[in-house]
Amino acid sequence: MTVVPFTLPVPNRDNQEFFDKCREHQLVLRRCKDCVTFSHPPRSNCPNCASDNLEWVESPGRGTVYTYTITRQPVSRALAGRVPWAVLDVELEEGVHLISNMVDCDPDDIEIGMPVEVVFETVNDEITLPKFKKA
Amino acid sequence: MESLKDQAAIIGIGETVYTRESGRSELSMAVEATKKAIADAGLELKDIDGMVRFTADSTPQSELAACLGIPYLRYYGELGPLGGAACGLVIQAAMAVSHGLAKNVVVYRSVNGRSGARYGSGVVTTRRGEGSSAFTEPYGLLVPGQSSAMRARRHMHEFGTTERHLGAVAMAFRKHACLNPRAIMYGRPITMEDYLSSKVFFDPLRIFDCALEADGANAFIVTSAENAANLKQRPVYIMSAAQAMPGAIGGRGGSWDDSGASCLAPELFGTAGVTPKDIDVVGFYDHFSPVIITKLEDYGFCPRGEGGPFVAEGRIEVGSEIPVNTSGGHLSEAYLQGMNQIIEVIRQLRGESSAQVENAELGLVDSGDGAGALILRR
Repeated sequence: MTVVPFTLPVPNRDNQEFFDKCREHQLVLRRCKDCVTFSHPPRSNCPNCASDNLEWVESPGRGTVYTYTITRQPVSRALAGRVPWAVLDVELEEGVHLISNMVDCDPDDIEIGMPVEVVFETVNDEITLPKFKKA
Repeated sequence: MESLKDQAAIIGIGETVYTRESGRSELSMAVEATKKAIADAGLELKDIDGMVRFTADSTPQSELAACLGIPYLRYYGELGPLGGAACGLVIQAAMAVSHGLAKNVVVYRSVNGRSGARYGSGVVTTRRGEGSSAFTEPYGLLVPGQSSAMRARRHMHEFGTTERHLGAVAMAFRKHACLNPRAIMYGRPITMEDYLSSKVFFDPLRIFDCALEADGANAFIVTSAENAANLKQRPVYIMSAAQAMPGAIGGRGGSWDDSGASCLAPELFGTAGVTPKDIDVVGFYDHFSPVIITKLEDYGFCPRGEGGPFVAEGRIEVGSEIPVNTSGGHLSEAYLQGMNQIIEVIRQLRGESSAQVENAELGLVDSGDGAGALILRR
């Protein structure tokens, strides 16, 4: 399935691996080898201890909806055909939060605390995005 | 170490009319607001030797100085990003005048925020999928209103905050705007029924929960306390000032539960040597109504989780416990990125507000989501 996203992500040196693994349908997170803390979005250093000794760890992509909003009026004319759309913050079992969207779910059925799991949506040859479905 | 406490004062304020379509350049509006502020202070154009600006502003100091016939500035600076700069700019100006780097520093903001590039459309705030926005914008998280809605939704879940609580904020500020002829929403009162039947933009936020994008400019002048004492205008002293930039922990650039306000409040009150109970009037940066509820909690005006009932009881309205945004604020006066709140608190402390708080001595004002804050005294 090909879906046109709102804005294409522009990967950089600190997060390229995240997008490479998404193409292989794997969700990966940064984990610090020194203090064993997960972090997201991927950065060059650990936000807990400032170490640059980080590894990529595959996540099963399970979590719950921490919060969400449903956009019911387009912010610009170009997005008029997209409303309503839901943006959610998912709290993964690892403790980190991801911004994403639900697939196969009516926006009005979304609830805080709802269990979700990751699925992957292909945008183009370069970009695949992690999205979520009801678990 | 010497603190900034009482070292500097704000001595002149100026504003253009606030409209939906100015029909003029941001530069010409900046000049008008600055000239008015200089006249209000009892100064002459040649007395200005410093200017600080929003990074987001299109008017460079060099152009503004040229239009005022000022040959050169001894001090200049700027602060980003986007809207939360106003209180931080006051800090820059106060440091400059208290250390002799300049004598009279103009803080200004000029923006065609309704007829030109609108914050609410995302053209000002999006980052084209670069940096951390690679993890937000591809999912349609594009404008600050959506983040504010997500934080509000979580607050509702944790504390039982309701849409009527958000409506109480919008109604209080509209009530204040109806006392203020400068407010864009002057003469247009709203009821809770109007609120609840209005369009939902970013669920749970409705149109009345969002800042009123506007065209206009405003400015004020910061000078040393010593200099202020020799002027005819009544000075408003900067009793305490603080900034906060929380580390970007969550996907949106910060956690959902913390704000700059909760980080800087202890320092802000500590330096001034006062508590929230001592504050007579407040000017909160209200880009969206739920931030009023969380700021009341973060600054300690009420316990955490009780901001909703606090506003529903009318306790932020003029004539009650802690009047907030007595000019109508961003929701109902105009969205000039925190500058109009500073100006309104100055008016209150000079006894010149259209919704005057009796005998107001101490005011608290902030910008952004607590990016900066000031305690001002008359």
